[in-house]
Amino acid sequence: MQHPTSETFDRNAREALEDVQLRGALRNLATTFGERRKLAILTVEDWEGLRERARASKDETLAHLDKYLKAFAENAERAGAQIHWASDGAEACRVVLDLIRERGATRVVKSKSMATEEIHLNAALEAEGLAPVETDLGEWIIQLAHETPSHIVVPAIHKSKRQIAELFAEKVGVPPTDDVAVLTGAARRILRQSFAEAEVGISGVNFGVAETGTILILENEGNARLTTSLPRTHIAVMGIEKVIPRLEDLDMFLKLLPRSGTGQQLTAYQSLITGTKRRAEDEGPEELHIVLMDNGRSRMLAHPVTRQSLACIRCGACLNACPVYQQVGGHAYGSVYPGPIGAVITPQLSGLRTNAQLPYASSLCGACREVCPVKIDIPELLLHLRAEVTEGTAAGTADQRGPVKSRPLERLAFKLYARAWASPTLYLWGARVARVLQRLVVRDGRIGRVGGLMAKLAPPLAAWTEWRDAPPLAPRTFREQWREEHKG
Amino acid sequence: MRVSLFITCLVDQLWPSVGASAVEVLRRAGCEVVFDERQTCCGQPAFNTGYRNEARRLARRFIEIFEDGGADAIVSPSGSCTAMVHHFHELFGDDEAWCKRAEALAARTYEFGAFLVNVLGVDDVGASFKGPVTWHDACHGLRDLGVREEPRRLLRNVRGAEFVELPNADACCGFGGTFSVKYPEISVAILDNKIDAIEKAGVRAVVSGDASCLMQINGRLTRNNSSVRAMHLAELLASHE
Repeated sequence: MQHPTSETFDRNAREALEDVQLRGALRNLATTFGERRKLAILTVEDWEGLRERARASKDETLAHLDKYLKAFAENAERAGAQIHWASDGAEACRVVLDLIRERGATRVVKSKSMATEEIHLNAALEAEGLAPVETDLGEWIIQLAHETPSHIVVPAIHKSKRQIAELFAEKVGVPPTDDVAVLTGAARRILRQSFAEAEVGISGVNFGVAETGTILILENEGNARLTTSLPRTHIAVMGIEKVIPRLEDLDMFLKLLPRSGTGQQLTAYQSLITGTKRRAEDEGPEELHIVLMDNGRSRMLAHPVTRQSLACIRCGACLNACPVYQQVGGHAYGSVYPGPIGAVITPQLSGLRTNAQLPYASSLCGACREVCPVKIDIPELLLHLRAEVTEGTAAGTADQRGPVKSRPLERLAFKLYARAWASPTLYLWGARVARVLQRLVVRDGRIGRVGGLMAKLAPPLAAWTEWRDAPPLAPRTFREQWREEHKG
Repeated sequence: MRVSLFITCLVDQLWPSVGASAVEVLRRAGCEVVFDERQTCCGQPAFNTGYRNEARRLARRFIEIFEDGGADAIVSPSGSCTAMVHHFHELFGDDEAWCKRAEALAARTYEFGAFLVNVLGVDDVGASFKGPVTWHDACHGLRDLGVREEPRRLLRNVRGAEFVELPNADACCGFGGTFSVKYPEISVAILDNKIDAIEKAGVRAVVSGDASCLMQINGRLTRNNSSVRAMHLAELLASHE
């Protein structure tokens, strides 16, 4: 199925704005999660101090990532896990596929993992004849619908109850109903069967603790618990930036993540998995494989400005707070990572050339920075990426050669603006000329909808006035008035 | 207190009366106001669109003009332009000399409302206005400069004007500089949330500290033939209805 790409973000956004149902769903998301978050952070004494400490911890970890990864790997192995290093997504997919094949397994269940979405793991497995079953309800819904997730935490948030009911009716034979309990009951029944039969369970990792080699998985549904304990083999795919130094650091991250993302004080389940079972007769998988995946992260780490985007703990708070995301949803971004953090990391992971619109898909309002539990300065990163787009440097991103396509007219306009406005005389004369020219478009003291030739000559004016009046230039500038008043 | 007015290109060219109002209010509050006619633009449009060389050129010029104007403070009727001055140092990378100059200048550059309340200690300028008013928090003023309580205190002291807190007052208006014309549909969709809230609030005027937000909000209000006015804080504070 053809998914929209970020290269057509403008068109994707326009289509999304026409989707009344989507906009209703997004309005609910923004209000509900926004209000819940506000209440939830009140239950923490010194929320700001917590954010500072978490960010400091992330900075320290990222500054010594090799050391912490090494400790994590050694401690995990000591506890019985097997560590695999994957330099990119393709390698990670190959490692997972080989593990499944070597064990002669065919029945695979998955719990929600954005890292596996990032590398399109399901598609890679399906291409080899496997049929991995997503067990997180939202992920299962989009799997049935052949869609990509539209949110980092609630992947099917764009779907209405009605759409889900129709989907279930079509794909798994559940009689159509609006009753949420019936729908989730049906999902539970069907997925239970997959759990019972599964030979391999694939999960993500929220945090990997270097001190003990423990992986932590957060969830509300219990499907990750089943995915990682019932099958004989558990494969955990972990981005290398997910490592944290000590077990006790989990305290601050667990206080921050659920409150920020969904407004919960804590998720329903937190699973800490340290290696494999100690005794053969215990319950749990026989094998634990942890795939430590780079896929562009060490390249991002090398860049001093954009490095902070690796501090992201994938809570989704920035999406919920973003006025752009709230209007157009996740699919418009054409990336499994949408919203503010997506606009920053997608160009770094997949290249600026094919994602050049994303840094501009923002009004720079800063709401994301305000809600980020680890204080990532997303607007600063967006501005940095915009500079890379115009300068064609694309440093620190996945583009190996050649600048991003330049925008000659825009570039010329800004060069002229800088030159003219570096001179008070040119600035003043520019205003005088513009005041004469504007008579072409000013009616009744304002500039209404500009069309025809004028629109072609000044596209920004047409874009503005399609929906908004534009103010005319005043008959005299402030400085001309001041000069008059202060003569002699 | 000697104040050098940083008028901003939008106010200079589109709403000079806002500049005149700002000067009047500052004088009423006891300041001597000077205006350096060499000033043009802080370079924010270039910086925000990624044209750093152009932004740097304008920033250098700005610093040179304002740093030895002999004023105690540089005051601007714009949160975003003031914030830009506070971000100047980001344009100078490893150039320590320019960074120092930028930081020194930023330390005495203030947004208009914050200056009245925090520096002059004034929250009542003797203004009067008939009818309910509400406040829109401009994003840069709020999140970059921390301006939130100051304008509300000033508005609450305007005689005759009942201050109404706007739901989601701190939600973006959708302007975002070139965003407003690169992605106009999204810009207007965001704007319409703000417009809905404003209309529901039943106010005579929506007030803000940033001419760019006012251009966005007012543009839609007049296109909708709304009876609500969009006013700059300086205009309201200079009002004597």
